[in-house]
Amino acid sequence: MIWFSALVLIPLMAVVVTAIDGGWDVFWSTVTNGQTAAAIKLTVFTALGVTVVNVFMGTLIAWVLVRDRFWGKSVLEVMIDIPFALPTIVAGLVLLSLYGNDSPVGIDIANQRPAVFLAFLFVTLPFVVRMVQPVLEELDRDVEEAAASLGASRFTTFRRIVLPSLAPAITAGAALSFARGVSEYGSLVLLSGNLPFKTEVTSVRILSSIENDNVPAAAAVATVLLVISLAVIVLLNVIQRRVAARG
Amino acid sequence: MSIEVKGLNKKFGDFVALDDVNVTIPTGQLTALLGPSGGGKSTLLRIIAGLEKADTGSVTIEGNEATHLPAQKRNVGFVFQHYAVFKHMTVAKNVAFGLEIRKRPKDEIEHRVQELLKLVHLSQFSHRLPSQLSGGQRQRMALARALAVEPSVLLLDEPFGALDAKVRKELRDWLRRLHDDVHVTTVFVTHDQEEALEVADEIVVINEGRVEQVGTPDQLYDEPANDFVMSFLGEVTHLGGVSLRPHDIELETSPMLAGAVEGTVSRLVRIGFEVRLHVLTVDGDEVSVVVTRAHARSLQLQEGSTVWLTPAAGATVVPRMATAV
Repeated sequence: MIWFSALVLIPLMAVVVTAIDGGWDVFWSTVTNGQTAAAIKLTVFTALGVTVVNVFMGTLIAWVLVRDRFWGKSVLEVMIDIPFALPTIVAGLVLLSLYGNDSPVGIDIANQRPAVFLAFLFVTLPFVVRMVQPVLEELDRDVEEAAASLGASRFTTFRRIVLPSLAPAITAGAALSFARGVSEYGSLVLLSGNLPFKTEVTSVRILSSIENDNVPAAAAVATVLLVISLAVIVLLNVIQRRVAARG
Repeated sequence: MSIEVKGLNKKFGDFVALDDVNVTIPTGQLTALLGPSGGGKSTLLRIIAGLEKADTGSVTIEGNEATHLPAQKRNVGFVFQHYAVFKHMTVAKNVAFGLEIRKRPKDEIEHRVQELLKLVHLSQFSHRLPSQLSGGQRQRMALARALAVEPSVLLLDEPFGALDAKVRKELRDWLRRLHDDVHVTTVFVTHDQEEALEVADEIVVINEGRVEQVGTPDQLYDEPANDFVMSFLGEVTHLGGVSLRPHDIELETSPMLAGAVEGTVSRLVRIGFEVRLHVLTVDGDEVSVVVTRAHARSLQLQEGSTVWLTPAAGATVVPRMATAV
């Protein structure tokens, strides 16, 4: 508990205290400032969108990795982790060179909102996959066979038997993926261009506040993100309980 | 005839699991598929259930061609060795699953679930989760779940294999009584000959992907078709050119019968009411013999005694296979 407090609770409290220190007016004017609000909106909605995509694609990829056999599977297995291993700024460079102004594949999304989405997607890909995969591997095949022999179609078996078992893992992966998205910096700064009102995300906004010696403003934005993240994690938990109880 | 299997072949890579298997399983009976592990009996059961596809051959269930029917449409109940419980559902929900899939009315489902839970003695556990049940209880729940959909045949794959010896014996007796009540055609896989002999009406002995013999427990025990069936159903020893049971050997301390083989008792072990002997014959064979304690005492047997051995009158005797050692 002391360990946990020192590592997590005290720094979190410090952020909140700093935010409140500046007074309610400073806090409110900071978060309602047009540019900041736009950054928060962009970050949260993009992170949510990416999380939804990851829930589906991540589960699908995990399924394919566990259940199917194909040539090059072990290579793919390793590749999934690359976004984890790559320093984010390198990821940013890779994305810039591929989807930037001189895109070799003809897709130029530099300085546009899809760049933020793409960068989030790139760095959060492994979360759901890696959370779901071990659970899926542990799942007994004979449970699915039992459902089939009782007359359940493949879809019904998945919905009523497999999904409730995977729900906690999917939720955990989604929470991680959302949190990572909200906090992402390195992979998107190059490609997105950080244009205010357009592609500027909160982490960039916080950094520029600090650079301007406006620590209370930075803390205010951080606090808002903290509350939103907490709300999303609680929401995901509720959804998970619903799904798990559906059997 | 309830299940008819014709010309079934199945390979897993190079491994031949089933080699031209033909079996007919009669309606309303309790049939055991008996054989050593890896002999193909589970594969046969899974092919009947539609959980595995045969390479060639056909399966007919209750007169309906089922070879290409998916597991969902075969209306068979299947019970797995490791229970295969739906662990996020209560006991009652587990049992109700097949009925819910069939979209039966709610009150009918509830009524049927209560009835089945009573049948398997789990009424008071209906709101528990499977993780709160013992192994034997879980398997009874799995059985109720399989019976809920009123299957035309009930298939059990080593149903008691994961249970400890005592529970296993209880469940075995209980399954026999249940079958006498419910009368659904039942096939169960086992590698335990005692289990098969005790519970089944009919036994199909399977080894290395082939059916060795089909018959009642008495037929198999008294008239084994070959050395394998004989050795699988009980202890076997070899005397002269034949295989026979150790308790079917007549033992004398003097050469009274013609053709008796002379030997020396090399080891003598007393286990309860019986005495097990190892006799080294003059031909160089080591023969095991079982006699009653009283008999051994009356002959004053001890290690080193010289004895004469003959197959007892009416003993089950099978010519010794060339491969048998």
